[in-house]
Amino acid sequence: MSVFSRKFRDKTALFWMIISLVILLLMPILLAIGLYLKSLPILNGQSFWELISESDWKPMQGKFGFLPFITSSLWVTFLSVIIAAPVCILTAIYLTQYARKKVLAFMHPVIDILAGLPSVIYGVWGVLIVVPFISKTVAPFFGLQTSGYTILAGAIVLSIMVIPFILNILIEVFRTIPEELTEASLSVGATKWETIKYVLLKKAYPGIISATGLGVARAFGETIAVLMVVGNVVKVPSSIFDSGYPLPALIANNYGEMLSIPKYDSALMLAALILFGIVLLFNFLSRMAIIRSEKNQ
Amino acid sequence: MKLKKTEEIIFKALMYISVSFITASLFLIVFSIFYKGLPSMSWEMVSQTPKGGFYFGKEGGILNAIIGSLYLSIGATILAMLFGIPIALFMNVYLRKYNRFVNGIRFFLDLLWGIPSIVYGAFGFTIMVMLGIKTSLLAGIITVSIFILPIMVRALDEVLKTVPVGLFEASLSLGSTRSETAFRVFIRQTIPGLATAILLSFGRAIGDAASVLFTTGYTDHIPTSIMQPTATLPLAIFFQLGSPIEEVRSRAYSSALILTVIILLISVIARVISAKYNKHRIKF
Repeated sequence: MSVFSRKFRDKTALFWMIISLVILLLMPILLAIGLYLKSLPILNGQSFWELISESDWKPMQGKFGFLPFITSSLWVTFLSVIIAAPVCILTAIYLTQYARKKVLAFMHPVIDILAGLPSVIYGVWGVLIVVPFISKTVAPFFGLQTSGYTILAGAIVLSIMVIPFILNILIEVFRTIPEELTEASLSVGATKWETIKYVLLKKAYPGIISATGLGVARAFGETIAVLMVVGNVVKVPSSIFDSGYPLPALIANNYGEMLSIPKYDSALMLAALILFGIVLLFNFLSRMAIIRSEKNQ
Repeated sequence: MKLKKTEEIIFKALMYISVSFITASLFLIVFSIFYKGLPSMSWEMVSQTPKGGFYFGKEGGILNAIIGSLYLSIGATILAMLFGIPIALFMNVYLRKYNRFVNGIRFFLDLLWGIPSIVYGAFGFTIMVMLGIKTSLLAGIITVSIFILPIMVRALDEVLKTVPVGLFEASLSLGSTRSETAFRVFIRQTIPGLATAILLSFGRAIGDAASVLFTTGYTDHIPTSIMQPTATLPLAIFFQLGSPIEEVRSRAYSSALILTVIILLISVIARVISAKYNKHRIKF
């Protein structure tokens, strides 16, 4: 078999394809193992539950309590999705049910560009517009004083970032609903809005929940943009006008000094592992739900 | 009856508000970056590396970050293509019959896509420590390529999926091997779409900050070898914005403007390519 024979080339190509696929499939497993091994030193000292329920974060004294970071992450994430989800649902209904072709042709690039903007750009925008807006307009309205670097700022920036992501999935969800269903509803005399409310939304309900879940996962892992506007104060936040310190920001902010303090690097890798686990779980559940609801149709 | 009508009107109004909100957000972001970035934009910014005192507002530019970002994302995109294209072809040419398996891979890729880039960054960092590699362009390229691989494969897969079965069968029936079918028929059939998919991955690579934070380091020089650390645009923006000095901060806005323009350009090019996409395709 010569080197240039077709058969040989065919075999080589197949070999390379299989190798590539195996590497891809092994990647997340390696990732999980690598992060787990690195976070072992800290897990040996304390139990996992102790670590995530403790709010004392003093690396110099060997105290690593993740509670402030986890609660900050939860606040920012859920607040952002609460803002983003209704906007996305309404827009998706409009774009799939009402909008004319011209509007669609305009909105597609808008959504794509929003999705493509780097997170650091969102961060700059947050610092330029959202933070001053909160410190000068929103907080005084409630009779409060803040620098503007708050959970709320993080959530607003984040909500704009996850909108294109949730919206794209929702549009997909609404499109897969068979047209006969809505037509049947219209033909028995229901108005367009009644059809949307009683047929479309009911059918799309699992899809909407899944899209929101994927949005939560996306928001949870977002790093730079949130880090730039959220204030980064180690404290369990008690209101949306408090500063927060989400998990990804913790990892990103301390990579420089983590090798000089014992167990610090291990604690940060544990943070990455927690992040990985939570995001993977949310993704998995949401994707499964989408697949299941598609099968039912 | 009247109540129903008002309900529809209210919700339609809310829909208009939502659509305008999204559109306005985009324009507000782009406008504010241009508005703040243009005043301190200069030829110096894009043609010089930082000189002494740059971080106190003295002369220099961010050429180091622009070139560094291009090296990094071109390197990462090529490395990801080396694995991504074969995987996507394998799924669509070789595994055509095994629908369940292919759908399983797609599901898996979607999961990988969701993993935050900071986790890849942390992972890349642990590997570097294990292998004893210092922060460098190479470490950054490897980390970023791992991060964009699932995105690229999924995008390529969406394009290759559209190749009609008839074409696949015709190619095989004429006696070509499966790899010939893959590289000569599938790729040729979908080149514009593939190019778009790769461009989008490139855009991801150039814009991401969290995965390079640990791995590429930061320097004022343009790297001359892949073992040297390098500056990147997102980090240049991030670091300069944290400065207390007004001039440095306004340079962060100009740097943000440069990155935004690059991303907008990529998006326009991708759009132009995919507009031509449907012209030269064999349809069944």
